[in-house]
Amino acid sequence: MPRNKRLLTALLAVGTLFAVAACSDNSAGQDASGKTTITVALAANPQMKTAESLISDFEQKNPGIKVKFTVLPENDLRPAVTKDVATNSGQYDVAMIGSYEVPIWAKNGWIVPLDDYVAKDPAWDATDVLQPIKDIVSASGKLYAAPFYGSSSFLIYRKDLAQKAGVTIPEKPTWDQVAAAAAKMDDKSNGVSGICLRGLPGWGQNLAAITTVINTFGGRWFDEQWRPQLTSPETTRAVKFYVDLVRAHGQPDAAKEGWEGCLQQMTQGKTAMWYDDTVFAGPALQDGIPAVKDNLAFALAPVDKTPASGWLWAWALAVTKSSKHQDAAWKFISWATSKDYIKLAGTKAGWDAIPPGSRASTYDIPEYQEAAKSYAGLTLTSINTANPKQPTVQPVPYCCGVQYVQIPEFVDIGDYVSQQIAGAISGTQSVPDALQKSQEYTEKVVRKAGLLK
Amino acid sequence: MTVTAAPLGQDKAVDPGPADRPRRRRRDRDTAGWPVAVLGWLGSLLLFSPIAYMLLKSFQTETDAAAPAPKLAFHPTLEHYQDAFQAGFWAYAGNSIAVAAVSTILVLLLAVPAAYALAVRPVRKAQDALFFFISTKMMPVAAGIIPIYVVAQRLGLLNTVVVLVILHLGMNLPLAIWMIRSFLQEVPGEVLEAAALDGAGRLRTMRSIVLPLVRPGLWSTALLCCVFSWNEYFYAVNLTTTTSTLPLFMQKFLSFGELYTAQVAAVATVVSIPVVILGWICQRSLVRGLLFGAVK
Repeated sequence: MPRNKRLLTALLAVGTLFAVAACSDNSAGQDASGKTTITVALAANPQMKTAESLISDFEQKNPGIKVKFTVLPENDLRPAVTKDVATNSGQYDVAMIGSYEVPIWAKNGWIVPLDDYVAKDPAWDATDVLQPIKDIVSASGKLYAAPFYGSSSFLIYRKDLAQKAGVTIPEKPTWDQVAAAAAKMDDKSNGVSGICLRGLPGWGQNLAAITTVINTFGGRWFDEQWRPQLTSPETTRAVKFYVDLVRAHGQPDAAKEGWEGCLQQMTQGKTAMWYDDTVFAGPALQDGIPAVKDNLAFALAPVDKTPASGWLWAWALAVTKSSKHQDAAWKFISWATSKDYIKLAGTKAGWDAIPPGSRASTYDIPEYQEAAKSYAGLTLTSINTANPKQPTVQPVPYCCGVQYVQIPEFVDIGDYVSQQIAGAISGTQSVPDALQKSQEYTEKVVRKAGLLK
Repeated sequence: MTVTAAPLGQDKAVDPGPADRPRRRRRDRDTAGWPVAVLGWLGSLLLFSPIAYMLLKSFQTETDAAAPAPKLAFHPTLEHYQDAFQAGFWAYAGNSIAVAAVSTILVLLLAVPAAYALAVRPVRKAQDALFFFISTKMMPVAAGIIPIYVVAQRLGLLNTVVVLVILHLGMNLPLAIWMIRSFLQEVPGEVLEAAALDGAGRLRTMRSIVLPLVRPGLWSTALLCCVFSWNEYFYAVNLTTTTSTLPLFMQKFLSFGELYTAQVAAVATVVSIPVVILGWICQRSLVRGLLFGAVK
């Protein structure tokens, strides 16, 4: 029997420890004052960090609500929140999601429409939200998420290097002009590439930039019957143009660089031009070495056949269906996406730290106009001229989206295609081969999804 | 004693412990020549270089850290360390310490009796039991995460420290049992026999003879369990949100739209410091007291 006794003692010890662990946790998770605690899942970005640091302002205005944040990189945020809403776990009350997800999640019933909240909250002023951004965070005519920031794409370049090479970049350049400028500014002996273009595979990496080129060259992902159009002459010409440009005058080891690499090279003065998101204007100016800082200039996204070709993206805050505190969740969203918040962030954290691209009124703030004078106007024009409902020359069967196709399968297709193109960029296969494989794969996926009959 | 003797010999093949020992002792005795010393130092430098790189970057501004060739001359800044602590470091650190400590203590409490029953006085089918323990590590974690998530959700354990303690316990237990078992096997049967002759019961033998003899082994097991628990990311990211551990805290600095190398380096440095200290403490006890002197 002594053996059993010892076992019992051991079990008791373990039980005690468990109890201790459980208690310590309960005291941390519960709120003694009976406040409503809401949990907000955020994608890591500097603008959201600012919001997190200013949360005391919200808690002062709403004494009954406590806000907790989970901040994850965007690639970890998506599966985390998807898992939560799909199993109805209710861990998150507010989720920050990209414009690509909004219609898909709305269709799945994972997030709730915000129209009723907006109607009861006139101070939030829905008419002030930029229309193209509103379009991409809505589904079947209803607003499903409140845009926290919006962005488009444009060209960042060094005016000193352009001058030295004897080229002028117009405010609305064509891709041919950009390619010619890249060739002239390319200065391999000094380690400066002509242009930095995303080469890293990923539907949100190189494919975002490439799709805008496909769109403006007259290509498209699908025709109206969902037949993939990746081997069409227009798409082939666009991808070949992109791959040739980055191979000839782009950054070294191009297929390994995403926006991170290009941002580094731009700030370090290692590239003369960079085509990427409008939100990078701030960091490129802020973190650039002196020679870069003083010489950055901006131009609209280069075009070929379409009048504009900037992409369109928004990070938006949505109330999850599984949330048990939906009213409190809206209060937080209303605060974080309001005009007042933008002013608060500007005064408290600096005008370059505000979330841009969501509201027209942001661009009327004199302090912001001053702080962002070299790029604020172009950002606004880029967003307003982007056409998420008709981004291509020929019609497409989906709405809305510029640099992505608004179907759940696009993550899969996009990642595959972007890998093939990265292969072409690194030189392991030709562009037609890459596109042929992409075409076959895409056709298989859309057929399986039932889109292509 | 006949019962214990047979499995002891039988298990030699799986046991990495005794094979290591003579080699280590031999190296202590002769002084290695300078080529070996140079190689040793080169190896250590090579292994240390990523850490040195991280330390270096953590004191640089983002602009300096982004330089294509590592900059050695720069104005050091503590700004990233300040930011790390301002971003809510302590709450995550508290959770990490609680999870690592509680799960490791539980692992040891369960692993020592289990290992005893598999090594010193083997139960029937000890080999099968051993294989069962290690087989729990064979399925990739990702394959089990959805059931685990659903169970945790039903039990109301999502976003709690408890769920991490339970899973880290499960994660480290097989390893701990195998390690402690190999240490217990090295306890010579004669020592136990002598203790029995002196009239010590099993509990007394365990407390006064066996545990002190294998203490360095227990320390190294505890160290490994702590380190694994401290660095564990997959369960944390899937099962917890606001109540989480340091690896999740680090993630929030991988931020879209800005340079973050220096900031992440600073956070990673802060997060690694406790592990380094722990390793250093355990190292001293590992060097102390080698087992085999006991019977000579």
